[in-house]
Amino acid sequence: MKIIVCVKQVPDTAATMSVEGGEISWGDASLIINPWDEYALEAALVLQAEHGGEVIALGMGKEEETEAIKHALAMGADEAVQISDPQFAGADAVAVAKILAAAIEKIGSADLVLMGQESVDSQSGILTSQVGRALGWPIYPLVSAFSEFDPDGGSFQVRRAMEEGKQIVNGKLPAVISVTKDYGEPRYPSFMGIRKASRATYPTWGADDLGIDPPTSVVSWPEVQEPLEREVVTEIIEGETPQEKAEKLAEKLIEEKVL
Amino acid sequence: MNKKTLTYIDHFHGNVQPASWEALGLGAKYAGEGGCAALVIGEGVQELAAQAFQHGADQVFLADHPELKDFRFEPFADLISKVAREYEADVLLFPTTTRCRSLAGMAAVDLETGVLVDVTDLETSNGDFIATRPIYAGKLLAKVTCDAKPQIITTRPRAFSTPEPDPGRSGEIIEVSVDLDPEQIPTTVVDYATREGGVSLTEAGVIVSGGRGTSNSADLEPPGDLDEEEAEIWKAHQGFELIQELADVLGAAVGASRAAVDADYIPYEHQVGQTGKVVSPDLYIACGISGAIQHLAGMRTSKTIVAINKDPDAPIFNLARFGVVGDLYDILPPLIENLKQKLDK
Ligand SMILES: Cc1cc2nc3c(=O)[nH]c(=O)nc-3n(C[C@H](O)[C@H](O)[C@H](O)COP(=O)(O)OP(=O)(O)OC[C@H]3O[C@@H](n4cnc5c(N)ncnc54)[C@H](O)[C@@H]3O)c2cc1C
Ligand SMILES: Nc1ncnc2c1ncn2[C@@H]1O[C@H](COP(=O)(O)O)[C@@H](O)[C@H]1O
Repeated sequence: MKIIVCVKQVPDTAATMSVEGGEISWGDASLIINPWDEYALEAALVLQAEHGGEVIALGMGKEEETEAIKHALAMGADEAVQISDPQFAGADAVAVAKILAAAIEKIGSADLVLMGQESVDSQSGILTSQVGRALGWPIYPLVSAFSEFDPDGGSFQVRRAMEEGKQIVNGKLPAVISVTKDYGEPRYPSFMGIRKASRATYPTWGADDLGIDPPTSVVSWPEVQEPLEREVVTEIIEGETPQEKAEKLAEKLIEEKVL
Repeated sequence: MNKKTLTYIDHFHGNVQPASWEALGLGAKYAGEGGCAALVIGEGVQELAAQAFQHGADQVFLADHPELKDFRFEPFADLISKVAREYEADVLLFPTTTRCRSLAGMAAVDLETGVLVDVTDLETSNGDFIATRPIYAGKLLAKVTCDAKPQIITTRPRAFSTPEPDPGRSGEIIEVSVDLDPEQIPTTVVDYATREGGVSLTEAGVIVSGGRGTSNSADLEPPGDLDEEEAEIWKAHQGFELIQELADVLGAAVGASRAAVDADYIPYEHQVGQTGKVVSPDLYIACGISGAIQHLAGMRTSKTIVAINKDPDAPIFNLARFGVVGDLYDILPPLIENLKQKLDK
């Protein structure tokens, strides 16, 4: 069985973001693997342990953006492929999906593509659907558990999240699945894993290697702003006893028509 | 504006996600005369067409078929793309719900266009939309545009107002022919594990949330046979019972910090924050939550924030309109009693 996990490098979630000269800046915050993608990797490694096969990490970005791929290898992915080409700069989500789909086809004979729920930087959460559509494979977004996984029969069952609770569905391979946080905690890379990852080599493919023209992008971001600071005047409710504080708070909430 | 708008009405077995009406309100706002259409897909969902008319639709495309009883991505996306094409929609609107994020993404691939995802504000310039969307957990705002048709937009729940329903309004139903081969649908629905009652976090007008502080009570005595971890969870459950009680009085949903979720105090579906749900209620009451940046990312756009925390220096107070420095175990019971009286519950 071959599982491809899509991973992305993003700035640390604790980073202070700013806009400098129209460009997004995260200061000197560290760069990390998109935290959601760790759950996808964990699911891939668990499925691999149960059913054998290989796990391949696939990451698109600038050539120096290797943090996600390194982390995936350190967690235990067998191989990695990086997609990088200056011609891909400014690619919108559909374009990224087409490029990733081309890479998945070039890697070939994948049974399953696992993705994170969303990128913490762009917060789109739509690539799973678009990669699936570009490949013509069914999609199963927001999966928290797998069961009855049968790579030979090409079938499986998953629990997926929706606003109203969980939907339990039977699906067919090959498929594109996004994995949510309630799948379970991702493993930490072992010391050996980190050493292996630091020495690993992997191919970097551009448009020519994929045999595609850079897909056109129609969504653009003409401007990014820092949000206006919210002017909140904090009023600390004083009182001798908790009862007094509670009563005053209740009054305030009703007075200010908050309730 | 003189556009042909098409809004997808998201529902589960006929129960509409209210944000659908918010999206339809935008559809009506930007539509030309008679140009506001809605799309309803399901089984036995004619009633939703009537609701769509009341909320501003001039026409409703109705795909009603037994095979569409259960939501599945592929057949639903196929129908959305087909209707958008035949109707020649200029704008395709969805509420940003779990189902619609993906449906919008699939339609964008089918229709060779793009999605403006989870927008919180919409302006027009020379007939084109410029949408605003929060990125990097709301630390930045991006203006985004889509240079193809239809422009696909998903609207963040509660970012736009709900149109006042007009019971006298009706319109034209256009039946969509549904030609489905069940064998060709890759997915079969086996079962659901739906939540009973409870208010959905993203739709809630009021949210009461608990953090790690819920397990920190000096007075509570857990049953003797629990180990340390079990005792902590037991205590947290007492704290969350208070939070639930307050939520019940206010008709609110219950939220939680990641620390509370990771420590197994409460299931993940309650988590608010960067790796949980992004919420924007009128009132957010944080109890025993410190206000880490990743938590703030999920609730900073709440209209009024109230913090109850023992530590006067907790960062959550910086964002709060009202703060109470104190133990949640001391504050919540009298607060519940007071609000019960004042709200006549
Ligand atoms: C990649 C990443 C993603 C993350 N995503 C999220 C996310 O989505 N959501 C999220 O919430 N966090 C997230 N976090 C975690 C975040 O950094 C914090 O660790 C977490 O929010 C802390 O939760 P807390 O406020 O409940 O706990 P603490 O920070 O431990 O705060 C507990 C607070 O309770 C107060 N307190 C204690 N006892 C009482 C009492 N009896 N009465 C009143 N107050 C009391 C204390 O003074 C303290 O302020 C993420 C972190 C990372 C690295
Ligand atoms: N540049 C990228 N390279 C590889 N995978 C990506 C990339 N961007 C996003 N993804 C994957 O798509 C998921 C959803 O991303 P998004 O739709 O951008 O929020 C992420 O969790 C990743 O698994």
